[in-house]
Amino acid sequence: MRPVTQNSRENSVTTIMDRALWMRRRAFQMVYEAQLGHPGGDFSAIDVMATLYFGVLRFDPKRPDWAERDRFIMSKGHATGALYTALCAAGYFPEDWLKTYMQPQSRLNGHPNRNYLPGVETNTGPLGHGMPVALGIAIAGQITNSDFRTFVLTGDGELQEGSNWEAAMTAGHRGLSNLTLIVDRNRLQQGAGTEETNSLDPLDDRFRVFGWHVEMVDGHDVAALLALLGAPVGERTKPLCIIANTVKGKGGSFMENKASWHHGVPTTEQFEQAMKELV
Amino acid sequence: MTHVAPQTSRFFDCREAFARTIEELAQSDSRIVAVVNDSVGSSKLGGFQKKFPDRLINVGIAEQTMVGTGAGLANAGLIPFVSAASCFLTGRALEQIKADVAYANFNVKLVGQSSGIAYGELGPTHHSIEDLAWLRPLANLTVLVPADPWETEQAIRWAAAHEGPVFIRISRMPVPALDIPNRVFQVGKAEVAREGSDVAIIACGTTVHLALGAADELALSGIKARVLNMASINPLDTESILAAAETGAIVTVEEASVRGGLGGAVAETLVQHTPAPVEMVGFPGFVPTGSVEWLFDHFGLSPAGIAAAARKAMARARK
Repeated sequence: MRPVTQNSRENSVTTIMDRALWMRRRAFQMVYEAQLGHPGGDFSAIDVMATLYFGVLRFDPKRPDWAERDRFIMSKGHATGALYTALCAAGYFPEDWLKTYMQPQSRLNGHPNRNYLPGVETNTGPLGHGMPVALGIAIAGQITNSDFRTFVLTGDGELQEGSNWEAAMTAGHRGLSNLTLIVDRNRLQQGAGTEETNSLDPLDDRFRVFGWHVEMVDGHDVAALLALLGAPVGERTKPLCIIANTVKGKGGSFMENKASWHHGVPTTEQFEQAMKELV
Repeated sequence: MTHVAPQTSRFFDCREAFARTIEELAQSDSRIVAVVNDSVGSSKLGGFQKKFPDRLINVGIAEQTMVGTGAGLANAGLIPFVSAASCFLTGRALEQIKADVAYANFNVKLVGQSSGIAYGELGPTHHSIEDLAWLRPLANLTVLVPADPWETEQAIRWAAAHEGPVFIRISRMPVPALDIPNRVFQVGKAEVAREGSDVAIIACGTTVHLALGAADELALSGIKARVLNMASINPLDTESILAAAETGAIVTVEEASVRGGLGGAVAETLVQHTPAPVEMVGFPGFVPTGSVEWLFDHFGLSPAGIAAAARKAMARARK
């Protein structure tokens, strides 16, 4: 797998899907080898992540501190399988590093640490932290008159944390059009469904009344994701919320829509079956 | 308060020194911004807001977002001073301080205003006597407790120039300008406010001038008390603490809980090297209703109270 070394909006849908497939296989292998991880949420987010990194974001892996880079914040920090494989495929670090996932002294902690790993924008893990940080980055873009964009991915269950709504309020109030939130709407949290736990619907209306422009999309339809995420800010004067309807565990038949795969780890048989399916 | 007069008759609100300094720094450094939670007035940032309206980010009453926003601004290369009442900044947003600022190691300056029991009669919800204990174990985070306007200014200047997270604890309680010759502000180094070899009083923030008053009082009985101004709680000047132990008896004084703050830090240091009797002056827990003056006096944060603690520590040392 060759790393993508520059902004590549011209990348075709097929290329993005190809990266997403590699990310799923590699992420599942990481979880299998470590016997730790959060594969359900990795798999629901991977098509969004692949679209961002290989079709939308402006970045240069050789200059992770480049001031004009677009920022991506993985607020659901437990989805490191998705994040690390994206950063690796994007050329931020060699594939060898993935083998160290969660091993003693690895740079690849169970939750991302920007001080260990190039390309990580902030340390996440406790839920509800990504939105306020993304808000600060977007405000900085406004203050410094920079045209970089800020993208933040949250889980859906994560939106039960109040800090997200504090930040959503401020983003709406300030009309931060340079900020995009993607909600990984797989409708499952760790223990049960989001709607039976503490319902989020009507999620689109909730963001609308907070002053956001809202779009709904199939979070596994790369062409549709690319059209939405890749569209320029243009005349839009509100922050953009994309509710990506996804399937937890998408891609592994035995994992799909099962809350137990939030942090389930595969047996050898399950791993082999997934490798057969993910082709 | 009590018997001994302060070194000067003028008292100052250190928030003014903070506001004046940050305004001046912002004039020459466009990276400096302020983040507040509807705390423009209580942080004395009205002047900053007037001069730099686009660089004052008021997120409203939302402390978690306030601190996270600070981390985001730092991610993009700005130098945010996140300024709010210490009780809400450190209590409500503790996880953001831990994860987004300290652990992520962002260049964020947290300014805890009106710390300690500055809000007096408003009660323990508005007191911030736990902040030192909460923040002291956080790696990467420098913790500073300036004692007067000069030291406040130095702390702000140092924080702006330093690359890394800093917490600065500022009181709204008026304090005198300390009369110490040839002062040098040094993070990680205690300031010898007064030499002495019979007992050592280690104080920080609003209590340093009271410790000096206690030393005056002890001198009347021929007791030479050393007074250390320990503005830097993290990193801690262990060398000065161990040297202080050579006097045989130690008193710690802080406008904070006696659990886990300056007293705790001194005790941790001593038990690992040179155990010595320590008397801790501060607040034992949630305090009863009372004015700032009454609370200080009631809990012995006064020259007389500190002097009494010094005599007690010396008596323990003789046993």
